[in-house]
Amino acid sequence: MSYSESIPPSSGQTLSAKDRRWSEIKKYWYLVTLIVPAVLIASVYMAMSTGSGQWLWTLAVIFWVVIPVVDYIFEEDPFNPTPEQEAELQQHTGYYKGILYIATALQWVALASMTYVVVAGEWSWFNLIGALLSTGALHAIGLTMSHELGHKLNDKGQVLAAQICSACSGYAHFNIEHNKGHHKDVATPEDPASSRMGESLYQFALRELPGAAKRGWTLEAERLKRQHRSVFSPRNELLQTSLITLIAYAAMTYLIGWAALPFLLISAAYGWFQLTMANYIEHYGLLRQTLPNGRFERCQPHHSWNNNFKASNLLTLHLQRHSDHHAHPTRAYQLLRDYADAPQLPQGYPAMMGLAMIPSAWRRIMDHRVVAWAGGDMNKVNIDPTQRDAVFARYHQPATTTPTAVAA
Amino acid sequence: MAEYQCPDCGYIYDESVGCEREGYPAGTRWEDIPEDFPCPDCFVREKPDFETINAS
Repeated sequence: MSYSESIPPSSGQTLSAKDRRWSEIKKYWYLVTLIVPAVLIASVYMAMSTGSGQWLWTLAVIFWVVIPVVDYIFEEDPFNPTPEQEAELQQHTGYYKGILYIATALQWVALASMTYVVVAGEWSWFNLIGALLSTGALHAIGLTMSHELGHKLNDKGQVLAAQICSACSGYAHFNIEHNKGHHKDVATPEDPASSRMGESLYQFALRELPGAAKRGWTLEAERLKRQHRSVFSPRNELLQTSLITLIAYAAMTYLIGWAALPFLLISAAYGWFQLTMANYIEHYGLLRQTLPNGRFERCQPHHSWNNNFKASNLLTLHLQRHSDHHAHPTRAYQLLRDYADAPQLPQGYPAMMGLAMIPSAWRRIMDHRVVAWAGGDMNKVNIDPTQRDAVFARYHQPATTTPTAVAA
Repeated sequence: MAEYQCPDCGYIYDESVGCEREGYPAGTRWEDIPEDFPCPDCFVREKPDFETINAS
């Protein structure tokens, strides 16, 4: 039996009329995924036609300011599909996939439009930073889409779309590394994409970015070796995706001008960093225990941080329902459910990513949550080895030692 | 030819089909699949977790 079935989603509750209405119209709200690149295209058009460079900030402001505010106002998403609703949703898989396919094409249009406008216009440094942050937000949403598509390994169309989508930000190893590496090793010290308690976002980035790239390459090389193919075979999916990036970036540079290249590269690198931020907050400090047979216990809902806010969940294709995603990575985004007893982040991903940029603030908000999660037993926590002594000295107080309280 | 199923996502390893994309050609016996073989669809469960659904 799968554990997810043992956790009743909110389907068991009776929904209010307002919540029922939400569950009926929610399918249209997934179009947000298309609106993201469309907004970027519209904003660069406005910048160009009005000559006002502040427009280049639009998507960055939506990501970092508007979404957290809307999250704060509208809070939790009450809709969790019941088995009947799930069957209904599965009859319209084409609609949900279609959104992702169109959005993938729009991502590329948006990237090309932004690059053209950045190069063709006269912009202040301040507004160029806005352009960079907006493109980074575009890439972050693009990688979220690629993540969703890349998990559907039994559907060739989605796997191809994932490659095209990852190529937009030049993150070729992502789909390989994420499925075969991160999902297998999540919440263990072996995973470069699971952050450790006491590790700052920046320390994590230095471990995760090269670690993930290396693991992606190694996994693909091993797969090709099993197939008796050269690592440089045309079947190398990492090289296939890189080739799409190479051709597209070269074409844009040729058509738009040399100045396009540094913008494309810097915004792609920043896009990767945005993905790193998401990885940082998803499993901070959480650890799967080692079983007597030496294997790690299987990944369960309490090994991922969740947030069930409406707006940021729509923006991230329910990525924040992270426990269900890790329990069932092949579940499509529209089917993901909230687990009431899974570890909760106080805010949605954009706000938490902002918080992670200030390490002391992050630790203030998150460390005590990790300690509570582990019941005070720091042996159960994934801790940065350099912080181990400090973390133990400050927090280690396992519940089993409480009998001393009887004497008090 | 025997069949083994991933208890998480339902993927079935059928010995007569193998798993070509992961480098295990049709006819690869289950005992020749390495112990750390993860489910090639969900990557959540590994070979020791798979359930035998048709041992013939």
